[in-house]
Amino acid sequence: MQQKKSWLLPEGIEEVLPEDAKRLENLRSDILSVFKRWGYQLVITPFIDFLDSLLTGSGHDLDLQTFKLTDQLSGEMLGIRADMTPQVARIDAHNLKHAWPTRLCYTGTVLHTVGDALEKSRSPMQIGAELYGHNGLESDLEIIQLMLEMLAISGIQHVHIDLGHVGIYRALCRQAELSKMQETSLFDILQRKAKSELQVFVQELVIDEQLKQFLLVLPELNGGRETLIRARDVLSKADETVNKSLQELTLLADRLAVEFPSLPISFDLAELRGYHYHTGIVFAAFVSSVGREIARGGRYDNIGAVFGRARPATGFSADLKVLSELNPSENKELAELIFAPAVNDSTLSEAVRNLRAAGRCVVQELPGQSGDYLAMGCTAVLEKNNKDWIVKALA
Amino acid sequence: MITIAVSKGRIYEEALPLLEEAGIKPVDDPKTSRKLILQTTREDVQLVIIRATDVPTFVEYGAADMGIAGKDVLLEHGAESLYEPLDLKIATCRLMTAMHKDAPEIKRRVRVATKYVKTAKNYFAQHGIQADIIKLYGSMELAPLVGLADCIVDLVDTGNTLKANNLEPRELIMNISSRLVVNKASMKMKHQAIQTLIDQFEKTLSQR
Repeated sequence: MQQKKSWLLPEGIEEVLPEDAKRLENLRSDILSVFKRWGYQLVITPFIDFLDSLLTGSGHDLDLQTFKLTDQLSGEMLGIRADMTPQVARIDAHNLKHAWPTRLCYTGTVLHTVGDALEKSRSPMQIGAELYGHNGLESDLEIIQLMLEMLAISGIQHVHIDLGHVGIYRALCRQAELSKMQETSLFDILQRKAKSELQVFVQELVIDEQLKQFLLVLPELNGGRETLIRARDVLSKADETVNKSLQELTLLADRLAVEFPSLPISFDLAELRGYHYHTGIVFAAFVSSVGREIARGGRYDNIGAVFGRARPATGFSADLKVLSELNPSENKELAELIFAPAVNDSTLSEAVRNLRAAGRCVVQELPGQSGDYLAMGCTAVLEKNNKDWIVKALA
Repeated sequence: MITIAVSKGRIYEEALPLLEEAGIKPVDDPKTSRKLILQTTREDVQLVIIRATDVPTFVEYGAADMGIAGKDVLLEHGAESLYEPLDLKIATCRLMTAMHKDAPEIKRRVRVATKYVKTAKNYFAQHGIQADIIKLYGSMELAPLVGLADCIVDLVDTGNTLKANNLEPRELIMNISSRLVVNKASMKMKHQAIQTLIDQFEKTLSQR
């Protein structure tokens, strides 16, 4: 019989060892303190929740991603959170019910049934911020600025921002009156920018010739600033919502260019990341060493309707583990660790207490232990000098 | 620097003229060279010649910015995480089911030998047929002859191998050709360079 490997972890589940854990925790508190300084209040959402509320407003993808179990008490289906955003939206809509803009932030482990194609991790540590109660350029801008601030504090350089607007695709779909199945195919084709497949697909639709042209041009509308000019040109005769969306995007890009003159910005009007619940501007941050986005977000108005109150909303999230790995060079210097010998002496206990109260790290030797202070990575030892215990640094 | 991953063999041979039109010509011949990364006549472009099934993986992770791979491989890999902007219309063939020439039509349940496990499963499910899939890595044609499977799903080009083994193609699953795939992050971060290449390929294709 095969020997059971009890040390083995489930696929995509990892443990974080001391060095990495220290870095991760430092980064977590640094980011949360940035959020706090921007007026975002921390909330802690339940790890397990009713499936219905976890999946609110989301698509089929999140359903597949969620681990499910039955509640023995009520017989209801429960899910382990795979995304904290709907839970935070519920807090805003149902519990806080503020009449003013609400700013919330959160962090915690989420679980995915299927690992991301690239990360393979099934237990990311989600960290994010959401801003409820304002529909307009300024809140989109604030959220993007905060995201950039988060990346900066994580020591991640050369960030690149990609902007899109799902309102354009939504408006065109509505106009074309696609069936559910047709829309799924179109979504899949656009996700891959598969132009030749799009041609075949559009050819078979019974819609207005001009609308066909609008759909066909979508996968080409990506790139630098010139994209917006081209889009306004080719989509000028489209639905009013389309033009309004383009205008929003242009204004946002202008403001970002002023605030961050050296930030590279690209546009992609067929980018439908998180399309199922997004309603407006969507954005993502990229760096060259990673083949996918490292943080993303967007506007998702009215998700709170199911929880009792529809509110405009925008926000972003990232995986803290990914952010932490992108900057492993940080904090190489050894932290102080003082070694207290195993002697029965009340003056020693007092010295140790005082040192710890002053915020210094002291580790107590245990009688008969194996390994000395060097093996334990100590940087100093406590030595008795006359009656006083003094800290002697190790060379 | 743009790295292009190209499938070994027929796809590489047929992609060469396309690449050449864009000024990309490998400095070393992969048949004689043992180098894994091929420099080209364009300083900003390098090629990696790899197994067909590895191309989407390389491009997905951003280990290569672009790739050339058959639609069969992309279907099987599940390519939602890649851009697939161009049908290069090279290395064309058909993905088909094939059976012994005297075998009756499939009714309810069938044993299928294939290397396209996911694609075959989806195809039969769509047609309301319960299929037991047996994964093979090669010589699919052997499976029906030795009673391992009732049916195979494989690429058919001339159909000569099938004929020589008393098999015949039955249903067309899909017409296959090679596609240009692009990493999503590269498309955004190296947009200028990549879009220029796509435009060049597209121009060459339209002149064919």
